[in-house]
Amino acid sequence: MILLYLILILLAGGTAAAITARWNPVLPRIISLVTLTVDMILLALIYTGQEATGHPIWWVEYKMNWIPTFGISLHLAIDGLSMLLLILTFFLGLVSVLISWKEIHEKTGFFHFNTLMILAGITGVFLSMDLFLFYFFWELMLVPMYFLISIWGHENRIYASYKFFIYTQASGLLMFLSILALYFIHGRNTGIYTFDYEQLLGTSMPATVSYILMLGFLAAFLVKLPVVPLHNWLPDAHTEAPTAGSVILAGLLLKTGAYGLLRFVLPLFPASSVSFAPIGMLLGVIGILYGAKLAFSQTDLKRLVAYTSVSHMGFVILGVYAFNEIAFQGVIMQMIAHAISTGALFILVGQLYERLHTRDINKMGGLLKKVPVMGAMGLIFAMASLGLPGLGNFIAEFLILTGTFRASILMTCLASTGLVAATIYALRIVQKVFLGNENTDWKINDLSIREKIITGIMVIIIIYLGLFPQKVIDTAKEVIPKTLNVIEHTGTTTYLLKSMP
Amino acid sequence: MIREDFICLTPLMIIASAPIILMLVIAFIRNYRVIYGLSLFAFILAFLSIFLLLPFVPHAIAPLFIFDGFSLLFFGVIIITSLLITMLSKRYLLYQESDKEEYFIILFTATLGSLILAAASNFVTLFLGLETLSISLYILIAYRRSRDNSIEAGVKYLILASVSSAFLLFGMGLIYMDTGSLEFSGIAKVLASSDQYLPLLLGGFSMMMVGIGFKLALVPFHMWTPDVYEGAPVPVTTFIATVSKGAVMAVTLRFFYAIRGFQNHNFILMITVIAVLSMFIGNLLAIRQQNIKRILAYSSIANMGYLLVTLLMGDKEGLHAAVFYVVSYMITTLGAFGVITLLSARELPADKLEDYKGLFWKRPWVAFVLTLAMLSLAGIPITTGFMAKFYLVFAGINSGLWIPVISLIINSVIGLYYYLRVITTLFSAPNETEFPEISPAGHLVLAIVVAGILILGILPQGFVHLISQFSGF
Repeated sequence: MILLYLILILLAGGTAAAITARWNPVLPRIISLVTLTVDMILLALIYTGQEATGHPIWWVEYKMNWIPTFGISLHLAIDGLSMLLLILTFFLGLVSVLISWKEIHEKTGFFHFNTLMILAGITGVFLSMDLFLFYFFWELMLVPMYFLISIWGHENRIYASYKFFIYTQASGLLMFLSILALYFIHGRNTGIYTFDYEQLLGTSMPATVSYILMLGFLAAFLVKLPVVPLHNWLPDAHTEAPTAGSVILAGLLLKTGAYGLLRFVLPLFPASSVSFAPIGMLLGVIGILYGAKLAFSQTDLKRLVAYTSVSHMGFVILGVYAFNEIAFQGVIMQMIAHAISTGALFILVGQLYERLHTRDINKMGGLLKKVPVMGAMGLIFAMASLGLPGLGNFIAEFLILTGTFRASILMTCLASTGLVAATIYALRIVQKVFLGNENTDWKINDLSIREKIITGIMVIIIIYLGLFPQKVIDTAKEVIPKTLNVIEHTGTTTYLLKSMP
Repeated sequence: MIREDFICLTPLMIIASAPIILMLVIAFIRNYRVIYGLSLFAFILAFLSIFLLLPFVPHAIAPLFIFDGFSLLFFGVIIITSLLITMLSKRYLLYQESDKEEYFIILFTATLGSLILAAASNFVTLFLGLETLSISLYILIAYRRSRDNSIEAGVKYLILASVSSAFLLFGMGLIYMDTGSLEFSGIAKVLASSDQYLPLLLGGFSMMMVGIGFKLALVPFHMWTPDVYEGAPVPVTTFIATVSKGAVMAVTLRFFYAIRGFQNHNFILMITVIAVLSMFIGNLLAIRQQNIKRILAYSSIANMGYLLVTLLMGDKEGLHAAVFYVVSYMITTLGAFGVITLLSARELPADKLEDYKGLFWKRPWVAFVLTLAMLSLAGIPITTGFMAKFYLVFAGINSGLWIPVISLIINSVIGLYYYLRVITTLFSAPNETEFPEISPAGHLVLAIVVAGILILGILPQGFVHLISQFSGF
C-alpha cells in the first residue's frame, strides 16, 4: 500500500498545487516541496524497514486487481534498483521545484501540477511489475512533459515539444504491440492470460518471434535513452525546455530507458538480447563518439550539455550489453552520476541564462572573475562530466569499461577514446565560458543563497559518489545477479567471455 | 401483439409519441422553456423505461425487431446522448431567429430512427430506421436556414444520403433475390448452407457497403463529411458524430456478425481496404485543417476506420471491443463538440482554430474538457480513448489481424499531430475572442462527459463487465 501512496501523494499534491495557485502563486511551490518531502520520508521508511527484514526479492510488494477481465493488476514492487532510482526521482523533483522558484513566474499552479504529474508517471514506471501498468505510466509522463516544454520553454518550444511527444509516443506504441503479443503468446502456452511481469518471465517462444518482440521493447527504450540514430528529439527537447524540464528530462526520463533495458528487455528476452549484444555495444560506442563530437561543435551551451547526455548514455547501453556484474554496477552508477552531473550542468546553464539572456558560448567568457562561486561549480561539474577521478562519473565509466573489456576488447578501446573526446568538450565549456577574455561588460550577480544550496548539495553528492560508491553498489547488489542468471541460463555465450569466477 | 411485445416497445413508443405531444403543445403555447422541459422529461422517461425491458431480454418481435442486451445497451447510450445534446442545444438555439421549438421535435424523430436501427433484425426495419434518421437530419442540418453554408450542407447531405439509400436499397434487393429472405437470420441460414457466394450476392453486399460507407463516412464515400460538419448547427453536428454514427455502427455490427461476413475472403479484403484507407486519408487530411469542426470531421473518418476493423474479428472479444470503442468515441466526441456548442452560443459560431487561442487561461474548465477530449481521441492514458484503443488492438492481435492493427498504430501517431495542434492552441497566448457564459446545464453536461472519460479510462472494469453481460446476439 505504501507504494501506491508514493504515487497517490504526488497526484494529490499536483491537484492541490493547480487549485491553490489562484489564491497565492507561492502556495504551489510550497505544496510541491512538502509533497516531495513526504514521499522522500516514505522512501526512507521503506529503506530502513528493508534493512531490518533482510533481503527478500522485493523489499515491498503491493498487488491488487485492476481490470481482471484482461489479467491486468495493480502490481507494484520495489527492489534495490527501483529504490535508487526513486531516491533520485524525488531528489531531482525537489531540485526542480527549487530552481524554478525565480525562473517560473507565470502560471505557477499549472507548472507545478505538470512537474508533479511527470514525477508520478516516473515513479509509476520504476515501480510497475505489470506490463500494462508499466505502459500506462510510460505514456502518462509524456503529456505533462509536453506541456512543460510547450508552455514554459524557449523560442522554438512548440517544434521541440511535438518532436518529443511524437518520437516517444510512436516508439511506445511499438512496445505496446510487443507487450500484447507477449501476453497472447504466454496465454496460449499456459492458458493464463496475464500482464504480470513475474509470470511472463521465461515465456517460451521461437527465436525469431522473441527477437522481433524484443525489438519492439528496444524501440521504446532506445528512443528514450537515446541511442544514436534515434536521438534526434533529445537536443531540441533539452534545449527548449525550461531548466526544471531539462533536469527532469536528462536526470530521469533518460533513466527510464536504461531501467527498461535492465528490468524488462534482458530478463524477458535473454537469448535474443545475447544475439543483439554486438549491435547494442556498437550502438553504444557510436553514441559515445558521435555525441561527444556533436557536443564539441555546439555554440549553444544548453545544446552542448544535451549532446553530452547522448555521449554518456552510450556508456549505459555499452555496459548493459557487456553482461557482467562489474559492467552492470557501472551502468547503475552511471545512471545516478549522470543524473546529478548533467542535471547540475543544466541548472548552471539556466542560471547563466537568467543573468545573461543568452546561451551562446561565443558571447560568454571570463566569467570566473565575475562570478567565482558559479565558476567553481561549473568547473566541478565539467570535470565530473569528463570523468575526473574522485567524482561519481569516473567510478561509473571505469566500472563499465572494466566490465566491457571482458566482453569485447575492441569496443572497449573505441569507447575509451570517448573519454578523451569528453575531456575536449568539457574543457571547451570551461575555457569558453569561465576563462578567456571578457567579451562584454556583463553586470551579473553571483549565485544567491538558494542557488548555492542547490548546487552545493549536488557537489557533495557527486563527490560522495566518487569517493564512497560502495553504498550505491550494495543497494542494488541483489538485482544484478538476478538479471545475469537469466542470461547465463540461456547457455548462449556466442562471443561472450565468461564472467569472472 | 402480446404483452411482452408492448413492454419491449415502450422506449420506442415514448420517443415516437413525444414529437406528437410537442407538436400539440406548440399549437397552443409556443413557449421555449416548456418545450425544452417536456423534451428532457420524455428522454428521461424513455431512458427509465429501458429498465422495464430487462426481465424480457432477449425478446424478438418477429420478423422486425430483436430486443437483446446489445439493443438495450445502445438504447441507453443513444437516449442519454440525445438527452445531453438537448441540454447543450438550449442556449445555442436562443440565438436562432425564430421557430426554435420545432428543433426538438425533429431531434426526437432522429433519435427514434437511431433506436430502430439498434433493434433492427430485418432489412425492412433497417431501412425504415435509416430513413427516419436521415430525413430528420436533412432538416436539422439546414435548420439555421439564414446561413448560407447551412443550406449548402443540408442539400449536400440530402443528395448524397439519398443516393446512398438507393444503393443500400438496391443491394438489399439483390440479396433478397438470391436468398429469398429479408431477415438477417434467414440470410445467414442460406449463406451458411452454401460455400461460395454468387456474384449477384456479392454485388448486393458491395452495394450495401456503399450505402453504409456513406452513412459512416468511410473512404471513398467520405467527401460530404467535412462540409456537413462545418455547415450544420453545432448541436446537430454533435448528433451526427455521436448518435447517428453509433446507431449505424450498431446495425452494421449486428448484420455483419449475423451473416458471419468475417469468414469470407472477399469481405475481408473489402473491409480491410476500406478501413485502412479511411484511417490514412482521414488522419492525413485532418493535419492541415484550420477549422476545429473540420478537424473533428476528418478525425471521425479515421475513427470509423479503426472501428471497421472489429467487423473482421468475428469473436466475442471483437464485438466487445467494438461496443467499448463506440461508446468511448461517443462520449469523447460529445465532450469535444459540447465545448464547441457551448462556446458557439453567440452571433458567430466559434469553430476557427484561432478562436481557441489561449482558451485555457481564459476558461480553464472548458479548455480542460476539450483537452481531455483531444487526449482521449489521441488515445493517451487515463482517458477512455486509451482503453478503447487498447481493447481494439487487443482484440485485433487476438484475431491475428496484423495489417489493420499496424496501420492503426501508425495512424495513432499521425493523429497525435493534429490533436496536439488543438491542445497547443488552447495553451498558447490568449487573444481577444469573447465567449458567452455557459449555462448550468452546459456545465452539467461537461461534468458528465469528464466523469465518463475518466471513469472508463481509469476504472473500466465495471463497464467491460457490463458489455460482456449485455453484448451477445
